[in-house]
Amino acid sequence: MSEAAAIPAPVPAAVGRVRPVWRRPLAIAGAAIALMWLVVAIFAPLLAPYDPLAQTFTQLQPPSLDHPFGTDELGRDVLSRVIYAARVSIPLAILLVTLAASIGGVLGAIAGYFRGVTDGAVMRVTDLVFAFPAIILAMVVTAVLGRGLRNAVLAIVIVAWPAYARIVRGLVLSVGDSEYVQSARLLGVSSRRTLFRDVLPNVAGPVLVLMTLDLGTAILLLSALSFLGLGAQPPNPEWGSMVATGTQYFQQWWIGTFPGLAIFTAVIAFNFLGDSLRDFFDPTSASADRGR
Amino acid sequence: MSAALLEVEGLRVRLPARDGPVTVVDGVDYAVQPAEVFGVAGESGSGKTMSVLALLGLLPPGGAADGHALFAGRDLLRLRRSELRAVCGKEIGIVFQDPMTSLHPMLSIGQQLGEPLRIHLGLSRSAARRQAAELLEAVRIPDPESALRAFPHQFSGGMRQRVAIAIALAGNPSLLIADEPTTALDVTVQAGIIRLLDRLRRERGLSVILITHDLGVMSSIADRIAVFYAGRVVELAERESLVTEPRHPYTRALLDSLPHPEAPADTPLVPIHGMPPAAGAVPTGCAFHPRCAFAVASCTTEVPPLVREGDRLLACPVDPLRA
Amino acid sequence: MSEAAGSMPRRVGRRRLVPSATFGRFVARRAIALVFLAIGITLVVFLLTQLVPSDPVTANLGEQAAGDPAAVAAFKEHYGLDKPLPARYLIYLAHVVRGDLGESALTHNPVTTDLGQFIPATAELAIFSIVIAILVGIPIGVAAAVKHDKPVDHALRVVSLGGISMPTFWIALVALYVFFFRLGWFPGGGRLDPGTLDPPHVTGFFTIDALLAGQWGVAGEAFHHLVLPALVLAAFNVSLLARYTRSSVLEVMGNDYVRAARAKGVPEAVVLWRYVLRAALPAIITVIGLLFANILTGAVLVENIFGWPGLGQYAYQAAINLDVPAIAGVSLFIAVVYVTINFVVDVLYGVIDPRIRVT
Repeated sequence: MSEAAAIPAPVPAAVGRVRPVWRRPLAIAGAAIALMWLVVAIFAPLLAPYDPLAQTFTQLQPPSLDHPFGTDELGRDVLSRVIYAARVSIPLAILLVTLAASIGGVLGAIAGYFRGVTDGAVMRVTDLVFAFPAIILAMVVTAVLGRGLRNAVLAIVIVAWPAYARIVRGLVLSVGDSEYVQSARLLGVSSRRTLFRDVLPNVAGPVLVLMTLDLGTAILLLSALSFLGLGAQPPNPEWGSMVATGTQYFQQWWIGTFPGLAIFTAVIAFNFLGDSLRDFFDPTSASADRGR
Repeated sequence: MSAALLEVEGLRVRLPARDGPVTVVDGVDYAVQPAEVFGVAGESGSGKTMSVLALLGLLPPGGAADGHALFAGRDLLRLRRSELRAVCGKEIGIVFQDPMTSLHPMLSIGQQLGEPLRIHLGLSRSAARRQAAELLEAVRIPDPESALRAFPHQFSGGMRQRVAIAIALAGNPSLLIADEPTTALDVTVQAGIIRLLDRLRRERGLSVILITHDLGVMSSIADRIAVFYAGRVVELAERESLVTEPRHPYTRALLDSLPHPEAPADTPLVPIHGMPPAAGAVPTGCAFHPRCAFAVASCTTEVPPLVREGDRLLACPVDPLRA
Repeated sequence: MSEAAGSMPRRVGRRRLVPSATFGRFVARRAIALVFLAIGITLVVFLLTQLVPSDPVTANLGEQAAGDPAAVAAFKEHYGLDKPLPARYLIYLAHVVRGDLGESALTHNPVTTDLGQFIPATAELAIFSIVIAILVGIPIGVAAAVKHDKPVDHALRVVSLGGISMPTFWIALVALYVFFFRLGWFPGGGRLDPGTLDPPHVTGFFTIDALLAGQWGVAGEAFHHLVLPALVLAAFNVSLLARYTRSSVLEVMGNDYVRAARAKGVPEAVVLWRYVLRAALPAIITVIGLLFANILTGAVLVENIFGWPGLGQYAYQAAINLDVPAIAGVSLFIAVVYVTINFVVDVLYGVIDPRIRVT
């Protein structure tokens, strides 16, 4: 094909549209809802009309002007409890996703960089974690370590880190194999430098996407564990355990419905955001939702 | 020039892009005669592929074509999608550039070749299978029987392209469109494919539209050649006269950028300056003028019409190479 | 050429069978990997049980028997409690291989007996739910891909994102409130109405067992009870499957061979179902494998609310009561089912994609 080489080939004009993240309605909606929940979590004491623990009202009141979300079986204001519960789910979700991403990222980078036995060991461990459905493993871990939010967070981190390890490992491997890194090595550029300079920018996008989506998954898992009574313990307000109360006071629909809506909106915010981010970073990628 | 098999008139193709639709084919006319190899040459992005995909309704999503394309008494651009599907593969066969991707990886050769036979010729499963084996033999695939049971990944690129040609021939078409059929192949394999096309043309009285940026391939088989630049035909002539006496500066530049087998070994290759324009950013006037050594002031403002000069069509009023 | 046609063997099967040697090797390799993974799972489960703070002797034997030195000695002997950790693991592994998962501290039945009792309820629910997810999710995903970037596609994207954002236990609660309490369309829970006797046990699937016994009324009742929890379980999975189907169909539709299929005159419907879906199938099957995991985990939450006497309830009771053998048994079972499904998915990959079975 030497003939063709003389003719420069132009970059084909992109047919698809790539809009920036901030011009996508889903991203805007997601960011707005997520921001709202952050504000609610931070300013809960200012926003909540009543003390979330005060059992001072008539029990099981339906929603009214005084209590827009009604009161629960102990006479606590459901709205105030929903607001305060944001201080549990949102920060813990951020914490545990950060932990999972750091642990997984470091282990994945080590595996991809050193390859061989190290790689094999890390990957077999991720296989094992993936062999258990997330909530089953989290449930068993929490049951074994003891109920409570701290152990629930720990359990979810254990479930969540392997996804990061696999992504980062894959990217480190592929970047390490790419010709430009190989030639940089030949030129004597230290491999640690190439790792940081070439791998980090490649890894940032996918990891950010996964972290955003995982915030939603984390909130779901955390509330599910609390729903089962393995996470947050009474009397502290937590969305999942509030829904659990709702199942016992089934005819008082407001007890379970509003905290459930809170979970739903918080999770969908991060899913909107993550999905838009993924379009942005990699418009062609298949979606990578994970089970809860 | 009567009784043409295919007459394309005023073909315009627009594709969607980031900032609204761009015109990639801008008023193209040509006619393909029965049993001729009609070459379409030009750099990538010159619109040559889109100009034929448009005929078969195979433009990417959002693409739109207008103009006329008369084929066997019908205007292809006016047919409904289902009517066009009946033409595709039956009366017009098409071979794509990359045989690695144009065959379905999970369907056997027999399934992929048998399908058009059953659809277009109404053959039974077993008759289709016999016919498929014959087609494979016609394109010189060794051991057609076992080839039918094989999957594309078990074949080399050249063999896959032969299979693709067999599929294109399945409906016994009168026109075969070959879009860069050799570009993705090794040089040694290219000649075989070109010979095959040439032989099929002779044996079956087939017309072939051969699209390629490779004038070397083109000049070995084409009867007439149309040179595309930025969505327009700039020169159209018999192969001999186009290759030996190119008149349009672009044709000339294309030929100068090729190694010529008979030229002295030290003849330098002359690359064309600059890049072909991106669709949507086509210069005013003659699209080639920014890269043209002979451009005059009027070239920057007026689109030169394609006019007849003897037995050739030429879109260059300056015509600096007039003998 | 005609000779070639004449010599064509008569036996041209309608469907080509997989070349056995290479495919056999492929399956064997996967099976070996599966065995190692299963051993790994037993190790994880074993180590988890070792972390439980409670004293296994009192937990399992109860106060009374724990005071009986002979019983304690026998118990310790059986589980090798006096031996070091690796030895205890080997004993555990030997028990598992023999099908001995210990005895539940809660029910005092062998865990395998309990599992045998609870699995059919969950399996009936899971399979019904997966069927719903497949029948609804795949067509939605295909429709969204075909209408790519059109309003329908955007709407389906928002809806499916909503579907994967709703906590299953909350959907269950809302569904029960609306469809049982308010509208009365569906029963409130359980597998049958109170007072109805279980159909004679054959498969453990009440719908099927009732049909086998000719108890039409019971079959209808069992089905009626099944619908709501199955729909609730399917909600998340329909959305998930639709999203994956959409993106894999879109990815395939951009391929040259799809254009080539159109170019050879294949009708659009055939292009979609034969060419596009065929190539998208491996990705879709992977997700269906994932759905089983989702359903099993969803079952833990949904069975609780619907009073469905299945594995999920059993696991939940075991977890909150620290019934270690039961926890270990359930998680072992679920993990093994899960990896087995993944194994089946891998094998199906090989059946679908000829490129895989040859390598």
